[in-house]
Amino acid sequence: MARVKIPVGPQHPALKEPALFMFDVDGEVVVDAQVRLGYNHRGIEKACESRSYLRCIYLIERICGICSHSHTTCFCQGVEELLGLEIPPRARFIRTVVAELERIHSHLLWLGVAGHEVGFDTLFMYTWRDRELVQDVLEMISGNRVNYAINTVGGVRRDLDPSVVEKTLRAIDLLEERTHYYQKVATGETTFMARMRGVGKLSREKALELCAVGPFARASGVDIDVRRDDPYAAYNEIPFQVIVLDWGDVLARAVVRVLELYQSYNIVRYALKSLPDGPVAVKAPRKVPPGEVVSRYEAPRGEDIHYIRSNGTEMPERVKVRAPTLGNLPAVVESLKGGYVADIPITVASIDPCLSCTDRIVELRDLSSGREQRMTWQELQSYGARWHGR
Amino acid sequence: MNALMQAVWVLVFPGFLFLFVYALFCEWLDRKLYARLQNRVGPPWFQPFADFVKLLAKEDVVPKGASRGFFLALPPLAVAAVASAFLYVPVYAERAPYWFQGDIIVVAYLLSLPTLIFFLAGWYSNNPFSSIGATRAVTQLLAYEVPLLLVILGPALISGEWSVSGASAYMRSHPALIPVQLLGLAVAVVALQGKLERVPFDIPEAETEIVAGTFTEFGGRRLALFRLATDMEMVVGAALLGSLFLGGYGPVGPVPGFVFFLLKTLFIVFLLCCLRAVSARIRIDQMVGFCFRWLIPAAVAQVLILVALKGWWLP
Repeated sequence: MARVKIPVGPQHPALKEPALFMFDVDGEVVVDAQVRLGYNHRGIEKACESRSYLRCIYLIERICGICSHSHTTCFCQGVEELLGLEIPPRARFIRTVVAELERIHSHLLWLGVAGHEVGFDTLFMYTWRDRELVQDVLEMISGNRVNYAINTVGGVRRDLDPSVVEKTLRAIDLLEERTHYYQKVATGETTFMARMRGVGKLSREKALELCAVGPFARASGVDIDVRRDDPYAAYNEIPFQVIVLDWGDVLARAVVRVLELYQSYNIVRYALKSLPDGPVAVKAPRKVPPGEVVSRYEAPRGEDIHYIRSNGTEMPERVKVRAPTLGNLPAVVESLKGGYVADIPITVASIDPCLSCTDRIVELRDLSSGREQRMTWQELQSYGARWHGR
Repeated sequence: MNALMQAVWVLVFPGFLFLFVYALFCEWLDRKLYARLQNRVGPPWFQPFADFVKLLAKEDVVPKGASRGFFLALPPLAVAAVASAFLYVPVYAERAPYWFQGDIIVVAYLLSLPTLIFFLAGWYSNNPFSSIGATRAVTQLLAYEVPLLLVILGPALISGEWSVSGASAYMRSHPALIPVQLLGLAVAVVALQGKLERVPFDIPEAETEIVAGTFTEFGGRRLALFRLATDMEMVVGAALLGSLFLGGYGPVGPVPGFVFFLLKTLFIVFLLCCLRAVSARIRIDQMVGFCFRWLIPAAVAQVLILVALKGWWLP
């Protein structure tokens, strides 16, 4: 078969969100790959500039449907730093508990998706069934299953009462037992292992060069984790291990995530058992003094970075979000080259791509010439008025 | 009278209508079992039929650049090939409605026709996903067809009967041969799974990789017919294995015999379903490697066992 171009996306069964991967394929082998983003741009950064910090939290929570807590924590930490605000220890612990529960649900979700991408739907159905346990716990703690809305500037909005703590601990025990079972099933299934081992290789050098983050980088032997390197919330008071493997394939990424699940269970247990007493929030002023800050956070998919610049009013002057998927995309495109067409879905899935997190930009191109175009804010406004006035 | 009987045989029982109903039932059973194994509820019993009717009612589209003639001709051809093969498999009597020495070869041929038809369908769809699916379908065909043919010929070799009915009757009168053929049955079930393009061998239509593979451009009644052909192929394949390896329709009379036929085919469908539930989709190179490294040697071993048996123990 001759070389053909295969588009994967913007709409494709392997992608849950729109993105375009263009593959040059020779028979069953991928020769070259490019990625194009921008299908999911929602203008959240710009919208933040016309909202108060408190209302920004509501908006930023909706950047992602999986790691909503990651983004709000990252944002709140930054604003608190600008304010010079110290949040109460109990609030730091509750943030940590919710963050780890979120990591658990995100990693379980990923395990199911990985199963689905290689046609192992039974694993998919089982992990997603048990993911309901942690979803229920999150609902019990925060009142919501997806956008927990537990963060606020100066602390958290809800306290944990002893019965919730007890129920959470019980759910964690059950989840740990189930995770052991999945580990056994996944590693014992020959066809599943055959699809993961040696697929989507990424060397440590390439991972460093292309700035990979999170479990994806840790599976290639890069020892980074913001929770340990730049502790926030209560992570400097809780013992945990950073899982690093140097195999660099999809299997390593799966194993890193499964082992991180066990770490998360232990973190949640430790945090709940040594929950300090006291208030859960301090009052924060509405106006933030001028300044700029970069806030880092280890989201389930890797390092999340928020940049906030304030100008002394009650609205931020600029908010910039760099989600982990953006950091991982160049590296995953590299790891796709030379692989099989059949391995495209599982390799792309191995960074756990979240495109609604990532899409912070959209490119305007002239349809006839293909050249890049610029639009000023006024032009955009009048274009919008024209569009909606039709 | 004779012409009327023949029409009933071909069109109603055990021909097309029975095959149609039983194929949809088996699809439901497969889906329901699969769902229960995955801790899901699964579809109600009429779901496959509802899907079929719904697809029939859909808009009929032949994409630009695709070959119109092939689009029109291929789906009915696939159904016809499988339905013809079913006429040579005994359902409720000693002999199938039609039989002759050598019909095993005809059945094997008719059963591999759908794969070739799927290849043509994908190749003439003018879509990169379809083309990849088409090449995968044929690559896979070469890998599983050899072991499947070898083990299917085993019962014919040992009985000296080259019709499905005759080989089946021989197996029935020599039940001791059934355990001897277990290896062959296992090979045949795995190869049949490949023929039906189901997990772990659903490589030509791998959803997350190449959308729907060969069927990407097909919709409406053409897709309905292709799906029906696959369902029927599952029933005919299961019936063929039931006849050749488990002794077919049963030892006594038409009605209990028919019940035995149902039980045996459902057993094969059950095995196919379990295989689907416990495995992941493998890659095409792994699939071909697996067939040549494991399935073909196993099939050859089975044939050798049968030949040795025939030479030394059976006169």
